[in-house]
Amino acid sequence: MATASVATSGVNVSAVSEQYNYDVIRKFTIMTLVWGAIGMFVGVYIASELAYPFLNFDIPYITFGRLRPVHTGAVIFGFGGSALFATSYYVVQRTCQARLFSDGMASFTFWGWQAIIVCAALGNVLGYSQGREYAEMEWPIDLMIEVVWVTYLIIFVGTLMKRKQPHIYVANWFYLAFILATALLHTFNNLAVPISLFSMKSYSLFSGAQDAMTQWWYGHNAVGFFLTAAFLGMMYYFVPKQAGRPVYSYRLSVLHFWAIIFLYMWAGAHHLHWTAIPDWTSTLAATFSIMLLLPSWGGMINGLMTLSGAWDKIRTDPIIRMMVIAIAFYGMSTFEGPMMSIKAVNSLSHYTEWTIGHVHSGALGWVGMITFGAIYYLTPKLWNRDRLYSLRLVNWHFWLATLGIVLYAAVMWVAGIQQGLMWREYDAQGFLVYSFAESVAAMFPYYVLRAVGGGMYLLGSLIMAYNILMTILGYERQEAPIPGSVAPAALQPAE
Amino acid sequence: MSILDKHAILEKNSSLLFLGSLLVVTIGGIVEIAPLFYLENTIEKVEGMRPYSPLELAGRNIYIREGCYVCHSQMIRPFKDEVERYGHYSLAAESMYDHPFQWGSKRTGPDLARVGGRYSNEWHAQHLTDPRSVVPESVMPTYAFLKNTPLKFENVAGHLATNRIVGVPYTDDEIANAEKDLMAQADPNADTADLVKRYPKAKVGDFDGDPTKVTEMDALIAYLQMLGTLVDFSTYDDASGYR
Repeated sequence: MATASVATSGVNVSAVSEQYNYDVIRKFTIMTLVWGAIGMFVGVYIASELAYPFLNFDIPYITFGRLRPVHTGAVIFGFGGSALFATSYYVVQRTCQARLFSDGMASFTFWGWQAIIVCAALGNVLGYSQGREYAEMEWPIDLMIEVVWVTYLIIFVGTLMKRKQPHIYVANWFYLAFILATALLHTFNNLAVPISLFSMKSYSLFSGAQDAMTQWWYGHNAVGFFLTAAFLGMMYYFVPKQAGRPVYSYRLSVLHFWAIIFLYMWAGAHHLHWTAIPDWTSTLAATFSIMLLLPSWGGMINGLMTLSGAWDKIRTDPIIRMMVIAIAFYGMSTFEGPMMSIKAVNSLSHYTEWTIGHVHSGALGWVGMITFGAIYYLTPKLWNRDRLYSLRLVNWHFWLATLGIVLYAAVMWVAGIQQGLMWREYDAQGFLVYSFAESVAAMFPYYVLRAVGGGMYLLGSLIMAYNILMTILGYERQEAPIPGSVAPAALQPAE
Repeated sequence: MSILDKHAILEKNSSLLFLGSLLVVTIGGIVEIAPLFYLENTIEKVEGMRPYSPLELAGRNIYIREGCYVCHSQMIRPFKDEVERYGHYSLAAESMYDHPFQWGSKRTGPDLARVGGRYSNEWHAQHLTDPRSVVPESVMPTYAFLKNTPLKFENVAGHLATNRIVGVPYTDDEIANAEKDLMAQADPNADTADLVKRYPKAKVGDFDGDPTKVTEMDALIAYLQMLGTLVDFSTYDDASGYR
């Protein structure tokens, strides 16, 4: 039966391929799953290293310090980046009703981007590092990124320019701002002078306080644009599509788009509260961070309310459920972020596991879940299948991932707050109660549970990879429908 | 409503949307970061800061290579508990020659901004080789391999010269003597008078317990032992440093 569905729709797929470039999107979709599995596995492994340090095995290449950038690089740029290339190429073609600006350039961005992720990971393992978080890649890789990224910008803007629709759809505004901002951030944060043309080692152009400001302007906006604005673009296309409802409010989308891209760029210095930067800078950053709550929630409201009139789908459609939980986590993390940027809260939370919990509730909850939803929607379209291999496996993925995140985030909150309180605990005589080592020992149970939560999330991603693989191969699993999805259709009371 | 109607102009013109977005995303950085490069009070006035000696710089590069900054901060905040635990709160001046900065963002292990002089060289060598033999609660990886890896020091002068390009005030004399200074600092029998004149307060001698060769562990410990020891706080004025 599976083969039959492929055969009958063979004509259809070639017609669509002529109109749109799906080839590059298929490649990026597959690599999203591959980098997701690799990056999340490394994440679970380094989480386990913190609980059981023998896992470092005296091997320099797999110590926590060298593997951590492998994890962040593979999930942010490998998994997240590939997902953004795939979805932005799909969305810009479909909403502009135009083929990509250049097939050759699109193919170059695919192979170039994959080469960058591989080189970055190998470089980290071998010890080539700029020592800047999320920008560990040394200068030759930075130059490769620059070339691929400018190509991406040209393709995206070029496709917008040849559109057959008068209006540029809202999702594309977000993708465009993300591509632009990332180009700016990457360029200025990686200004460095190499020792020689034949050496990987370079020294950053800026030093100390100015270098810190530049790095966290980059670091925070990597979150703001790479992991937020771009994924809002994803939300603005795939949530209405999957729900079969229009975007809730056009006005809200205009307001929160301009507000969010303006405000984010000011907020970076909240990563440097109470450090040796001038006080005015960090106060300004805190102020803008708190203002950011409004446009962030504007996006959340627009996403959630798109479901109005289709709320029953949460019960019947696990893909919608994934998207809704993604938006819910987006709302929660964008509340938590401004709260943590308040100086008094930050004095407790900074340097602790709380920050790690915050990042992961955003990364696993928002970025991960909206990506999974988009890929589940996209796969049958790209490979011209009637449906996914199994909706029940999507449901398994949903629950494993959701429970994994909840465990991860809850454990890290408790760990972080306990850690912060232990560091500042005084006894009645005015002595510090705990040595630092005691606060490390107290983290053990949390580190174990965090690895379990991350492991559940990883398992969910592996189930997804299997489900997508079977869909691509053309199989359809014979299974009972998700409860609730049939009954209402049969009953059908008067409207 | 009328403004929203005008938004259609941007939605129908990709060049305008491009320029509009570009303008809006650049403002924050220009207002908030650019002034730090020309406001004179960004870096406090202190006495005692000097560029890293060649061996310390090599050690710092190992610190960066191993990703120590993902678990250790080098930034003491101005709180009672932190000052009591780690020492005087960190000043911007103390990282003015740091390309890149290594303030860190997470304390899986303790802050290292003033670890210099707190422990003996023997303690550091033992701790890096087997952390749990001296701190049972530690979750740090073992770095025994640093002691078996000879320090590579081709082009030491190049490292200093590159630092000078990005603004660290190394003199011609320091660059010319870079390799000699690096060897001398880790050699217990060397004449280090010139070295200490060029790099005041530099710790000299064998660091890793093996005086026969200069290893990566020698360099890393030399770096750790100087952290936070340079500024003379008896001459530092808190009030004028605040900004």
